[in-house]
Amino acid sequence: MKKIIRSATAGTLESSDALVTVAPHENGVVIEVDSVVQKQFGEEIFRAVEETLRALEVKDARVSVVDRGALDCVIRARVETAVLRGEEDA
Amino acid sequence: MAGKLVKSIREAIQLAGLKDGMSISFHHHLRNGDYTLNLVMHEIAALGVKELTLNASSLFDTHAELEEHIENRVVTKINTNYMSSGLGRRISEGLMEAPVSFRTHGGRPRDIQLGITPIDVAFIAAPTADCAGNCSGKFGPSACGSLGYAFPDAMYAKKVIVITDNLVDYPLKGWSIPEIYVDYVVRVDAIGNPQGIVSGTTKITRDPVGLIMAQTAVKVIKHSGLLKDGFSFQTGAGGASLAAASYLKNVMLQENIRGSFASGGITGYLVDMLEAGCFESLMDVQCFDLKAVESIRKNPAHQEISAMQYASPAAKSAVVDNLDVVILGATEIDTDFNVNVHTDSSGYIMGGSGGHSDTAAGAKLSMIIAPLFRARLPIVTDHVSCISTPGRDIDVLVTQRGVAVNPKNQELMLRLKDAGLNVMDIQQLKAVAERITGKPGHLTRGERKVAEVIYRDGTVIDSIYSV
Repeated sequence: MKKIIRSATAGTLESSDALVTVAPHENGVVIEVDSVVQKQFGEEIFRAVEETLRALEVKDARVSVVDRGALDCVIRARVETAVLRGEEDA
Repeated sequence: MAGKLVKSIREAIQLAGLKDGMSISFHHHLRNGDYTLNLVMHEIAALGVKELTLNASSLFDTHAELEEHIENRVVTKINTNYMSSGLGRRISEGLMEAPVSFRTHGGRPRDIQLGITPIDVAFIAAPTADCAGNCSGKFGPSACGSLGYAFPDAMYAKKVIVITDNLVDYPLKGWSIPEIYVDYVVRVDAIGNPQGIVSGTTKITRDPVGLIMAQTAVKVIKHSGLLKDGFSFQTGAGGASLAAASYLKNVMLQENIRGSFASGGITGYLVDMLEAGCFESLMDVQCFDLKAVESIRKNPAHQEISAMQYASPAAKSAVVDNLDVVILGATEIDTDFNVNVHTDSSGYIMGGSGGHSDTAAGAKLSMIIAPLFRARLPIVTDHVSCISTPGRDIDVLVTQRGVAVNPKNQELMLRLKDAGLNVMDIQQLKAVAERITGKPGHLTRGERKVAEVIYRDGTVIDSIYSV
């Protein structure tokens, strides 16, 4: 299990990218998504973040995604990188 | 003659007899650097005149003050050909009671000339004028080049007020709009900010996706059968379109092809092509950069044209009807080749036809150049959220992954296939995009009609709803 011990970010606010921020949190995962394609892809983005956190065994974290139209693979990569930067043994 | 020169904008408005419910007009050559519309609207509001129809060839974010005049019912109706995203967003949110009427650069002069949208008082921002109202965009500190879109306003409005920041001795040499149409002349400190009027340089894209699209676009032109002596061409000022113009120049010089003219909004890249001998003439309704302004001032082959000569279906003939190839953009294109350039992916107004549907209707080959997707949104959809240009007028879509030809143009399809281009069905292109982006969820449109899109022949082809 990975523990987020510090606030960390990955990504940018450029078009077609996303800025992902992870921060320590007690009692589970909180995900916030703010996207320029919220109406078209809001649920997919939320699910991509959820799945990536589960795969990385992150149980407690606050994750915020400011999305500028990033592809699914980009969202997943940015989340993974932010987690690696914020975790205990990084 | 000297009687035309009045002291202030306010005095000119009063002399012109502006009253509640009348129609006023503006042209947009000063683009996002324009001060004139705001100066005039401020005076009109101060005079307490209400319920005006505003007929502007285009509206930019610098005109955001209009929001206040709309809320105060100084302006209760807008006719325009283009509206940038600042005001567009507010209109989409339901700012106005009466829907905005969008026309095209050809439809606007048509409807002014036919009396469908009569103008009571036209305000002409003139970079140089004399005291009788002879005026030009070619000279002065706020030089913008062509004044093409202002011609119908000058010719058909009941009263015409020329506003200038460069008043010269009578007679102005090299005028575009003559004194015969002008009632009053006002001198002000500045009609606009030169920084916003024309960009110092318009730049070719460096984005590899854009460059691939541009190269493909030129291959399509080359193999269309139209690229030969006498060739005529129009393109926008977008990065990929400019790159296409630059590649096209190389092909024309290599193959020693001498074209006839390039038209529309003119950039430095088209000036380069003129000077290199690719074209005999430029037909200029609007200058996009400083190089174009300098060229129209100095080079007699670079000619100013009115909006009517550019694109009006009411003119006895127009430049767009003599076009071989036009390269156009799109925010969306559907599988029937209908194109949207009015609204963004969320349904907010952020543009307008301008000359899009005029040139598409006139040109022998109308090409849309667009990336397969932008910020995760596929460019090809089942139905565009707004039809700006009907699919019957579009021949080909060029993307970085392939080219889709409208099935109505079988000859072009065969030519491009024979030339080895990656010709795909437009449904296939849509599927390729959705494999990468995922399938976007549908937008639900609002209840209220906030704008109507009037095609160049006067028919309403679509409506835009609130967001």
